[in-house]
Amino acid sequence: MELLLTIGKSVLFVAVVFAVTLLHVAYATYFERKVIGRMQGRIGPVEVGFRGLLQPFADMVKSLFKEDIIPNEADRPLFFLAPVIVVASVMTSLAVIPFFNNGSIANLNVGVLFIFAMASLAVYGIIVAGWSSNSKYAFLGGVRSAAQVISYEIAMGISLAGVFLMAGSLNLSDIVLAQREQPMGMFAVVQVVGFVVFVISAFAETNRTPFDLPEAETELVAGYLTEYSGFRYALFFLAEYISMYIMAALVALCYLGGWALPGFLTRALPFLELVPGIVWFLLKVYAFMFFYFWVRATLPRYRFDQLMAIGWKILIPVAVLNMVITAGVKRWLM
Amino acid sequence: MLPEIFFSYFACAILGLALLTVTRRNLVHSVLWMLLLFLHIACLYLFLNAEFLAVIQVIVYAGAILVLFLFLVMLLNLREEHEARRFVHAWQGRVAVCLLILTVVVVSLHKVSVQPTGGYTIDFINQTGHTKVLGTALFNQYVLPFLMTALVLFVPMVAAIVIAMKERKR
Repeated sequence: MELLLTIGKSVLFVAVVFAVTLLHVAYATYFERKVIGRMQGRIGPVEVGFRGLLQPFADMVKSLFKEDIIPNEADRPLFFLAPVIVVASVMTSLAVIPFFNNGSIANLNVGVLFIFAMASLAVYGIIVAGWSSNSKYAFLGGVRSAAQVISYEIAMGISLAGVFLMAGSLNLSDIVLAQREQPMGMFAVVQVVGFVVFVISAFAETNRTPFDLPEAETELVAGYLTEYSGFRYALFFLAEYISMYIMAALVALCYLGGWALPGFLTRALPFLELVPGIVWFLLKVYAFMFFYFWVRATLPRYRFDQLMAIGWKILIPVAVLNMVITAGVKRWLM
Repeated sequence: MLPEIFFSYFACAILGLALLTVTRRNLVHSVLWMLLLFLHIACLYLFLNAEFLAVIQVIVYAGAILVLFLFLVMLLNLREEHEARRFVHAWQGRVAVCLLILTVVVVSLHKVSVQPTGGYTIDFINQTGHTKVLGTALFNQYVLPFLMTALVLFVPMVAAIVIAMKERKR
């Protein structure tokens, strides 16, 4: 009986997390269109519902009822499997993110690495989608995306090594708690080099502008998802936004202090302890999401060789240097 | 009872997936079956409470090495296997190689210890944390083999770069 209750509780929690995430994803598209609209002197969606608030649902219904087209020479099983791989692997990483104190589905000791593992599985979905469509645009988009994600994953992992060294743990909750007594209550101050490298890699990892080369419209139509339509296209779109949320959550947890407040702030203003941690967490996540949109409205796209040069010749050496210096400081000066 | 059921499922699945991997004619399919195989191996590590090894298995083998395989297969555009001339075609050769590997396995079987040996008891590992124990053992006790492995991996990388640079000069 006890066991059943525990299982029931976890299933309920999982369902709540996924439902809330899907709702957030739906409104992230609305948020993005509004923000970019305003930045470009437009007003964004206004027609559907009050101030366009029902626009995400209209889009969802539209993509569900569109015709599902499968290319003639496509490798059908893999063509069907690709969006599933992407969405499943991205959604699985949600399991280890602590939304508030003790508020993760699974409190793994290797939480951050788990997210990395899942992100590296999502690459398969992209490559397989590009390959199985049997279209040269999709294929090139898939190859590009794979090269990009693999390269930037290295820089990202090494930049996070600084955080692991500072916190002495790979557990996301421990990393959050370790930041409370840091300057400003976040690792972004002491680990500023790692922070910058991580943020740039996060943009590349989620295929966002200025690194959205896999979907460079002028060169590749829509990249790996050129041949997808209707519901499957929506799945890819969903996965992209969830992975944006995951990256934003990682930034918030590993560099911006997550759901915890800095120690000096809670000592000065004790009543802030009463605010639930998820509020601070979401505040930081949404600040980073806004940053995504801001950059998209500001910067043009890089060329592919520039992208590779930034990743391999600048970000990885800088991240390695940051890791070595952090390790040295921790060993001899602290 | 439950651990035995789990283990037998994973053991059978790993064997089956390995067979699927080597028998597919389409190389991309073959690589994807291998991905599933690696995930099963990672699950086996998880059952041993070695969560760090499990995650590293997925990141390194599935996330890096296998993706490069897939990349190569796609860049060469090998949709179907080519009927290339083989160096040795005789089945006797394959059987001999298999028997040789089997011999190595059988001979090394007596080296496998079921109980943990040395200072790394299960209690000790649970107390300090799997990742930390692995790190300390690797960087203190086994630092020389570790560095040798790094060197072995580094040499072909340099070789590949040198070959690539030669091509570019022409």
